[in-house]
This record gives sequence, C-alpha cells and structure tokens, in this order.
Amino acid sequence: MEEKKKTGRGTPFLAMRGIYKDFPGVRALDDVDFSVKLGEVMALVGENGAGKSTLMKILTGVYAKDAGEILIEGQDAQIVDAASALDLGISMIYQELNLIPTTNIAENIFLGREIKRRVFIDKKEMHRQAKEIIKMVGLELDTNLLIQDLSAVQRQLIEISKALSVNARLIIMDEPTSSLTENETELLLGIIKELKQKDVAIVYITHRMREIFEIADRVAVMRDGKMVKTLDARKTDTGEVVRHMVGRHIDTLFVKEEAPITDVVLEVEGVSTKDFLKDVSFKVRKGEILGFAGLVGAGRSEVMRAVFGIDKKESGTIRMHGKEITINNTVDALDNHIGFLPEDRKLQALILNMTVRENITLASLKALAKYNFLDKKRERAMSDEYIERMRVRTPSMEQRIKNLSGGNQQKVAISKWLATESQVLILDEPTRGIDVGSKKEIHSLMSELAKQGVAIIMISSELPEILGMSDRIVVMHEGRVKGELMRQEATQENIMQMAIS
Amino acid sequence: MVDQSEQGLVKIKKAPHFLKNWATSIVKSQSFRIFIVMVVMCVVMWIISPPFRTSTNILSVAKNFSTYAIAGIGVTLVIITGGIDLSIGSIFGLTGVIATMMFAKFNIPAFPAVLIGLALGTLLGLVNGLFVVRANLPPFIATLGMLSIARSLAYIITKGYPVVGLGKEILFLGQGDILKIPTPIWLMAVIAIIFSIFLNKTITGRRIYALGGNEEATKISGINTDRLKLLVYSIGGCLYAFSGIITASKLGVGQPTAGNGYELDAIAAVVIGGASLTGGAGTIAGTVIGAAIMGILRNALVLLSIRSHWQQFVIGWVIIIAVILDQLRVAKN
Repeated sequence: MEEKKKTGRGTPFLAMRGIYKDFPGVRALDDVDFSVKLGEVMALVGENGAGKSTLMKILTGVYAKDAGEILIEGQDAQIVDAASALDLGISMIYQELNLIPTTNIAENIFLGREIKRRVFIDKKEMHRQAKEIIKMVGLELDTNLLIQDLSAVQRQLIEISKALSVNARLIIMDEPTSSLTENETELLLGIIKELKQKDVAIVYITHRMREIFEIADRVAVMRDGKMVKTLDARKTDTGEVVRHMVGRHIDTLFVKEEAPITDVVLEVEGVSTKDFLKDVSFKVRKGEILGFAGLVGAGRSEVMRAVFGIDKKESGTIRMHGKEITINNTVDALDNHIGFLPEDRKLQALILNMTVRENITLASLKALAKYNFLDKKRERAMSDEYIERMRVRTPSMEQRIKNLSGGNQQKVAISKWLATESQVLILDEPTRGIDVGSKKEIHSLMSELAKQGVAIIMISSELPEILGMSDRIVVMHEGRVKGELMRQEATQENIMQMAIS
Repeated sequence: MVDQSEQGLVKIKKAPHFLKNWATSIVKSQSFRIFIVMVVMCVVMWIISPPFRTSTNILSVAKNFSTYAIAGIGVTLVIITGGIDLSIGSIFGLTGVIATMMFAKFNIPAFPAVLIGLALGTLLGLVNGLFVVRANLPPFIATLGMLSIARSLAYIITKGYPVVGLGKEILFLGQGDILKIPTPIWLMAVIAIIFSIFLNKTITGRRIYALGGNEEATKISGINTDRLKLLVYSIGGCLYAFSGIITASKLGVGQPTAGNGYELDAIAAVVIGGASLTGGAGTIAGTVIGAAIMGILRNALVLLSIRSHWQQFVIGWVIIIAVILDQLRVAKN
C-alpha cells in the first residue's frame, strides 16, 4: 500500500527548472519553471508566441533545451528525442492528429509496434487488444473502422487511448477541443476527468477559459517566453488569468501618425462561408488603419481571403465607395483596387525563384504592357521606384528574392500592392518574423499610406502592434466578429477578454 | 553633395557589373551548358564518323528532330506551369490522321485541311485544360485519359487503316524544302522564335513562369491562373497536332498508330533542356537543344552501327544524367 501511494495521486511527476531556449534573434524560453503532479490537470495558457509550444516541444524531445533541467519523479531525465520522451511516459496529442486516415483503428494504435507471430502481423491479437485499449476511453467501436470515417472526438479519444496503451503517465493536449462540437467537448472533458482518477498527469493547452475552470487544478500562465504565474484554478477567475497573459511590455515605439479619416471606402456586410465564418461585417474608411485582433484560428485571415475572392463566400455583400461590387476571384479584387498581403510570405506572397523586379511588378503587369508586350524599361523604372521608396536592401533588382532577408522580402511583397495603387490594403501579419528595423519601417509606411488616403486593414496577433497602430479594432472569435473598440478605449485586457471568451 | 557623388559612383560601378552579370548569366544558364554538350557531341561525331559530316546527314538529323522539338515546345509551356501532358503522342496521331483524311478523302485543299487538324489539336488540349481546371483532376490523370481517348478515336475513324493518297501540296510540309533547307526545320525555327518571344517578352509569358513558381502567390496577385492553364494546354494541343501533321506529311501517310510513345521523347527533350517538372523553369532554346541532342544521339548510334535496340537504353541514361547534373548545379547555387 505504502509503495503504491508514493507514486500515486498528488506526487510530483514532472519538474522543469530554469529552462532556456534561444532561437536566432529571439529568446523563446527564459528561465521557465514548470511542474505537474500525477492526477492533476495543469492548464497552460498564454498568447500566441508566449512559448507554450516551445516548452512542450522540449518536453517531448522535438527541441533540445539550451539550459535547465528536467526531473521525472525526482530523477534527472535525459530527453533527447521523441522516443526517449515516450519511454519516460510522456505523450503529446497534437492539434493535427498523428493518425493515418486511410488505415483502421487497430493498425493506428499499434503503428510501429505491430504484434507479430513470426514474420506476419497477428491481426486477430491486435484487434483484440485494440478493443481493450479503446474501451479505456469509453469507446465501443469496431476496430476495423478506418480513421477517416470517425468523428473528430473519436479520433481524439483514439489518440488518448493510444497514449495510455504505451503507459503514458503525462499526456499533453494541445487545444484538443478546437475542432469539436459542444457535445463532443463535454465527452472529452469527461474522459479527462476519468484520467485524473487513474492518476495520469495532464497538461492542457487551451484558450477556452470555460474549459480551464471546468477541469483544471492549476493554471500556468506564460508570456514572452517567461512563466509569469501559476494560479490555483479554484481561487482565480478569467480576469486574473487574462491580466497575467497580456500585461506585455510595450517596448516598441509605434510610428503612428494622425491621418484625416474620411469616407467609408470598403464595406463588408454579412459575409459567411460554408463551414466557418458567420455573418462578418465591418467597414474601413479612407485614411484609417483598422486592426483585426483575435487568436490564431479566430477566422481573421479567412475573412480577408473571402473578401479578396480567394475562398468562396456563401453569402454577404461587399461595397466599394457605397457601390455594391462582385468579387468572385482575385482578378475582381485587383480590378476594384484592393490589395492583399497574405500571412505566409514565402508560400503565398512571393515567387521565391523570381527576381526582386519580377516580384514587385507581378500584380501590375497589365499597366506595364502594350498589346501584351511588357515594356521592360518601365518595369525597371517601377522596380527602382519601389526599391528606393521602401528602402529594400538588395544588391540589385535582378537579385532573386529568396536571397533577401525576411524584412526586405516583406517590403517587396508590400511594394507589389503599392505599385497597383490599391485604395484598400489588407495586411495579414505584416511584421511577423522580421527584424525590428524593418518592422519600424513597415509601420511608418503604413502611417504614410494612411495619410495618402489608403484604407488599411491590419491583422496582427501582437496586441501591442494592434494597439499601437490601429484607429479602430475589430475583435474576432471562432468565425464571428465579437466586438469593436475605438483606439481610445482599447486595452490589452479588454481585447483579450473579447478574444477568448 | 555626398549623396550625389555616391550615387554617381554606384552607377559607374553598376554598368560594367550589369554587363558582366548578363554575360555570366548566359554562360551559367542551363541552355548554354547543354548547348556545349551538343557542340561536343557534334565535334566528336565530326571527327570519328565521315558520313556524319555530310550536309545531307546533318539536314536529315535536323529534319528528324524538328518534329520532336515542335511537340516539345508545346509541352514546355505546360511543364513551366508545373503541369504535365501525356496525351502528346495520341493527339499527334489523331490530328495527323484527320488532316490527311480531310485532304485525301474529302478533297479539302491542303491549307484548310491542316487548319482543321490544328483546330482539333487545340480543342483536345483545351479539353485537357478543362479537366485540370474545372474537374480539378491532376494533370497526369487528365492527360492519361486523353492519351487513351484520342488514340482510340484515331483507330475508330480510320478503322485501323492508314490514310494514303496525299498530294504534293500537303507533302510540302514534311518533304519540301525552302532554300535547300527542309520545310520542317523552317517551321521549327519559326515556332521556336514565336514562343521564345511569347515567353520572354509578353506579360502572359511572365505569368506562366510565375504560375509554375508559386501558384498560390500568383493567384493572390490578381492573376487568373485557370485561364493560363487553359491557354498552355490548348497551345500544347495545337503544337502536338502540328508536329503530327508534319510527320504524316513526311511519311506520306496518315497512320493511326503514329506517335505512340512520342510523349516520352518530347518530355525527355524538355527535361534535358533544363525545365523542372515542379514548374517555374524551362526555356524554348533548352527544349530545342534537348531535342537536337536526342536526334544527334540517334543518328550517332546508327552511324556507329550500334543496334537500334540500344537507342532507348542510351536515351534513358542521358535523361537521368542530365537531370542529376542539373540538380547538382541547383544545389551548388
């Protein structure tokens, strides 16, 4: 009895101490302490980029820590790869599940450790054991069913049972309910409560406060790579958690200049898409910078993709200068003088194998052509103009864009739209992953453009950037517009409150 | 003042720099490298094989590879966009049969008969494009289907018999000559020049490269990528047809079996010419040189009395080695 108690509920399972991790140019983890007990649900929260994923990746052997120690049941643990983490009883259930859609339940559970009789796979035994395993999470399913035919929650549960079957003692769940319906969420939370009874330790990463207060024992809050506070879930509330999450130091000086804000340019009304966006409306005026805040996955990029004609709209109307327009594809958007800087510079904005010149002029070719023949002299003049105006640092306009730094690439990607003389400029995370100098240059350019009468929509996951640059802020949550704040009334706290609940 | 003098300096430095860049870019380009390979092959053959040196032989080599080059130019456009076309040989065969039938069976004059063949090729190419764009089929599947369909149509229409009775107007395309140079070589040259200009000087050409380089980014730049795809598959169909009609004329007969496996040779020429099957890269000059290398190789094997069974063997290795060398070059950059 005594023996058992020692490793039972309430005994510390994991302790991470003084963890550091640097990525080029940024300290991702800064002296982080983190612990979980057996039979405990530890919620891990923080804004995008706070360091939650990095911390968990160190725990599961995806990244190597730069400094610090990891103790498992008081013993120094060497986690060098995914296999050593599994051996120590640590399993992670990823947002994108690691199941193979075209294979069946039993095959997935025993993937890589198939039960064999001599050289052949013992299917009968595998299915028998698989049935037992999924019963642990309350699933009574034919193990011959293919993963692709299961519902989202069933797949989650199979992942969990798979983890249990390898004797996982600590299970990390990364936003497990983000793709589940309300009923499914309840089912999953119920299973998590049962796991607690079985003395499994759980790290639960989520943005949903309601779930935290339903199942978590403690809440660890991260911000800017630091562990800010670990709270007792019974003695705290959403307000306190949010306060610790935000409170981010505003150390960047934002180059926001007042521009006269006049007539409405773009008006979006009731845009919905087939399975995600619900009745999204907003408008943006000449000279205004409209910020779009929300968590990753709140639907901000999706709104812009629908408005710009990349994704199909189920319903909704778009007006430019009060006149209704039809945007069925990106050509329509360009013709209506809308520009769109997508989120992923390399995958969506640039042709990496082409030169700086070719990238700058890609959206303006029509204006540079006569009878379809490109006027190369004018093309070079246009490239020169924007390289100079945007201070793009490149040896020449003939340099391939892939050889430029991230900040300079971004300047070229923005130049492409400036060259088309857009009246509405949609910028999706315009400064993500670029150096501080370029960041400032892009901010001052945004101010300058607003002064020239361009209507700017800026999506950003950095609250200081939203607060620093926006005249007005739209907050989105799970495919809907949650609310709108004027520059004067917006704070990190009230934006985050809207974004998470 | 300081600024101005600095700018002046930059400009002075830039001018020769730019010229040097231009020269090195030609020397470094894939087309130039395989051009050297071709020259070396010619020099070697020139030295070791007296029959190779005769102008008759050289013109016949050029005449033979010109039809490969014409089809290759068509599929070069498709490959630059990141697509592929397997229906080359079947469209080639079907349109060759149709054009010769129009002439021989329905007494339509040569010129409109050829136009009908070209129009049919363009239409079949457009259908390929529609499968890709509208039905969202992978190009490999769409054109694999067309390969089968078009070939079958050629058999159905001819009941399997060759079309004979071609008059000299239509034979001129394949057998005639202008200024002592065979017509197919002229046609290849004209088509190569037209499409080089198209790819390098027009905005449509620029967009075709952009589409192959990054489809998503091209689309988000307000470019109608669907229309570009329809265009390249249609041009492809038209050029395979032209190649097929010239070949029928060269042989003096419309064979329903003509062009079986032709797609592989055409694609090989494009790949040897430096195009990337992932899209975004490729040139007309490269494809023409690629076709020439394959033609010279075939000729060399015959002249050196190596049995014809070895042809495919050697060409297979040439393709593989050419692509390996190209990958090494890319990795080095």
